[in-house]
Amino acid sequence: MNIANSTELICFLVLSIIVITGSLGVVLLSNIVYSAFLLGGVFMAVAGLYLLLNASFVAAAQVLVYVGAVNVLILFAIMLVNKKEELKPIKGLQIRKVLSAGVCAGLLALLIRVDLTTPWNLPGPSAIGEKATERIGEHLFTDYLLPFELASILLLMAMIGAIVLARRDVLVNDVGTGESVDQGLIEKTTNPILIDKRSTS
Amino acid sequence: MTSPGTVQQAVISPGINLELSFNQALQGLGVPPDLAHILWLPLPMLLVLVAAVIGVLVTVWLERKVSAAAQQRIGPEYAGALGVLQPMADGLKLLVKEDVIPARADELLFTLGPVLVLIPVILSWLIVPFGQHLLISNVGIGIFLWIALSSIQPIGLLMSGYASNNKYSLLGGLRAAAQSISYEIPLALSVLAIVMMSNSLSTIDIVEQQNSAGLLSWNIWRQPVGFLIFWICALAECERLPFDLPEAEEELVAGYQTEYAGMKFALFYLGSYINLVLSALLVSVLYLGGWGFPIPVEWIANLLGQSTQEPLVQVITGSVGIVMTILKAYLLVFLAILLRWTTPRVRIDQLLDLGWKFLLPISLVNLLVTASLKLAFPIAFGG
Repeated sequence: MNIANSTELICFLVLSIIVITGSLGVVLLSNIVYSAFLLGGVFMAVAGLYLLLNASFVAAAQVLVYVGAVNVLILFAIMLVNKKEELKPIKGLQIRKVLSAGVCAGLLALLIRVDLTTPWNLPGPSAIGEKATERIGEHLFTDYLLPFELASILLLMAMIGAIVLARRDVLVNDVGTGESVDQGLIEKTTNPILIDKRSTS
Repeated sequence: MTSPGTVQQAVISPGINLELSFNQALQGLGVPPDLAHILWLPLPMLLVLVAAVIGVLVTVWLERKVSAAAQQRIGPEYAGALGVLQPMADGLKLLVKEDVIPARADELLFTLGPVLVLIPVILSWLIVPFGQHLLISNVGIGIFLWIALSSIQPIGLLMSGYASNNKYSLLGGLRAAAQSISYEIPLALSVLAIVMMSNSLSTIDIVEQQNSAGLLSWNIWRQPVGFLIFWICALAECERLPFDLPEAEEELVAGYQTEYAGMKFALFYLGSYINLVLSALLVSVLYLGGWGFPIPVEWIANLLGQSTQEPLVQVITGSVGIVMTILKAYLLVFLAILLRWTTPRVRIDQLLDLGWKFLLPISLVNLLVTASLKLAFPIAFGG
């Protein structure tokens, strides 16, 4: 075994340990802020695994999208809504834990079975290294065009939904509780854009 | 990550190849080739790290002198000639200061925050070219790597803001993250217009494509709007005034750095200045022809009847390249310092309005116009 191979092996082992312990930490830690930061670490380690597989563009995209956008938004949400709240003890928590552990163990057994029975050593296409970026672009604009466009429409819908929820002057009732919205809380007195069309005209 | 780039370097450069001669010298001493390669790897990285730190010292000195001139003072005067040793004195002072962690702060995150801010910035130096073969690694994703790495920084800022257990720090961290996210999009879009013209993400290819006719073929003439957008966004990403909202003294004491002292504060300080120098270097790579001399060096060599493969010519070309890159970058740093000491700070709502309602649409239009120009005039816009 030469130096390049052993370096690769060591990197793989370290990254896998980070991914596994990190994701266990995300689920098991009681402090939600720690969980969110650990999630970022897990995403980074997954990006490292992509890098080991010679997929540098996918790795960078993983960092940009998951660490730079998704994780930062999660942190944002947690820090803006960081209310000190006394949580009531949930009834039958023990049974719930046992049940979910059972489901997870079943899933793990299934995955291990798939892992052991599938012939992984297939002669796939040879790695193209740095040309992968162009190849991804070609695929996105030819045979994967429809999924690509559908994903963008999905994102657009989410964005419009977020804007509607954030602009409280659009809605008469609070989405969560159904109470009427205190219009005095809105700083700028703009004309409501959806409601009260009849009353103004 | 470094191996593909270094292999590539070993294959190309037919003239002087420091890596090859270093490896051969070591192998002459009886060191196996693999070990020689491993011994070579840290050398360019250390060199770039030292260059980055020296770049920061120079920038701090410039900042002190230019701010003094802007306010009709003299500035540092006694530490060395013209006060050039003042930044060293600042650094030493921070190094020996007591490392205070507030009692109610979260120790682990408090320590990790500054580190997470600094590491991505230093890693980004991987792709900064100082000459044809003078960079650590010519990774294929080049400039995209920088964009991806710079998106990690807000996590460090949020972390230090949260861990300080201080409302000013938390607000500063949140502002920093919001600012960073909003300005990353126009920044990436203006980079995309450049990438479209040079058909490659690699910084080497981007510079090569600009240096066919010297000064006239620099990207700034083809992408004037993109240049302005990129420069504004780079200033915002570095949190330089007029966009230093996260640490606005009048409103937030010092933002996310409020509780930091000693070396941890120095890490933030170092990070922000390394980031500034890096942004200036990247502006010069993307828009000002990188290492290119205003008149192509190859033309001059041909005029003098010299071959570009000769060792002496290669040494001169390399030195001119390094000098040109640093000169262009420091002109931009000077501009950033002048801007800092002459412009007032914007408000947070003005900042976000500028990012989302002005720069984002403009950079989208810029991208579309570049695409159509590329289709219409493939010769001038790299078809």
